[in-house]
Amino acid sequence: MPDREEILATVTDVMVDALGVDPEEVTMEASLVTDLGAESIDFLDIVFRLEKALSIKIPREELFPENLTADSKYAKDGMLTAEGVAALKERMPYADITEFEKSPKVSALADLFTVGMIVRYLETKLKR
Amino acid sequence: MRWFHVDRFEVLEKNKYARAVKCATLGEDHLHDHFPGYPIVPSALNIESMAQTAGVLAGYTYDFKKNVILAKVERGEFPVMVRPGDKMVIEAWIDEVKPEGCWTHAKINVDGKEAASASIIFVHLEDELPESFVFTQDFMDLLEASGVI
Repeated sequence: MPDREEILATVTDVMVDALGVDPEEVTMEASLVTDLGAESIDFLDIVFRLEKALSIKIPREELFPENLTADSKYAKDGMLTAEGVAALKERMPYADITEFEKSPKVSALADLFTVGMIVRYLETKLKR
Repeated sequence: MRWFHVDRFEVLEKNKYARAVKCATLGEDHLHDHFPGYPIVPSALNIESMAQTAGVLAGYTYDFKKNVILAKVERGEFPVMVRPGDKMVIEAWIDEVKPEGCWTHAKINVDGKEAASASIIFVHLEDELPESFVFTQDFMDLLEASGVI
């Protein structure tokens, strides 16, 4: 099984190909949207490329959950509710939401999709 | 408006490969402005030719029953200029078909030299739109006239 460094190297290659960024920009903390400029279609493309690079299958929404905020019990007035935060933790166990949780703005959700989140997800996935 | 950027399909292999041709001609108005006295086919239109060829291939995967939408173009390269009188041979390959969309790559050759290449991703819409607005009758007529369907 590849170690964290090897997984990060693979993820870096994927980001360079999918987003046209420089390898130096791909750090564990980098947000896919804010720092690397990813758009919605890029999330599909990243999943496709990870599957190819690592010969794995990533079921839809397993890595990038969708529509969490569409449910009114999860989001209200631009903020995630307590239920929403709990659902977020359950659906994105690889994301670091420590800071986000202090002020769970819906508009800040995209920042949780980081390179580190993908690497941690892959570490768990590849161990199975 | 009929916005074809292929003239004819030569090969259409379901789930696999397509080849089409397009001849650049000074009869196309935009070449007189791009550029005055030195006409070359804009790279954006080379992408259009590749996207139409790959898009038909992607659409054929779903028997033209889904609206196939161009979603992303990656790594577009245009090493050779295409000029009036050139015959472009446009080839496209399916890389992967997933429930969310279709991954392809395509290239254009002119006189045996690679003039353009790109990876192109299509997504498809099913429920949102009841009728095909991508593969209109004009498009189907082109494929039929080409003898590939």
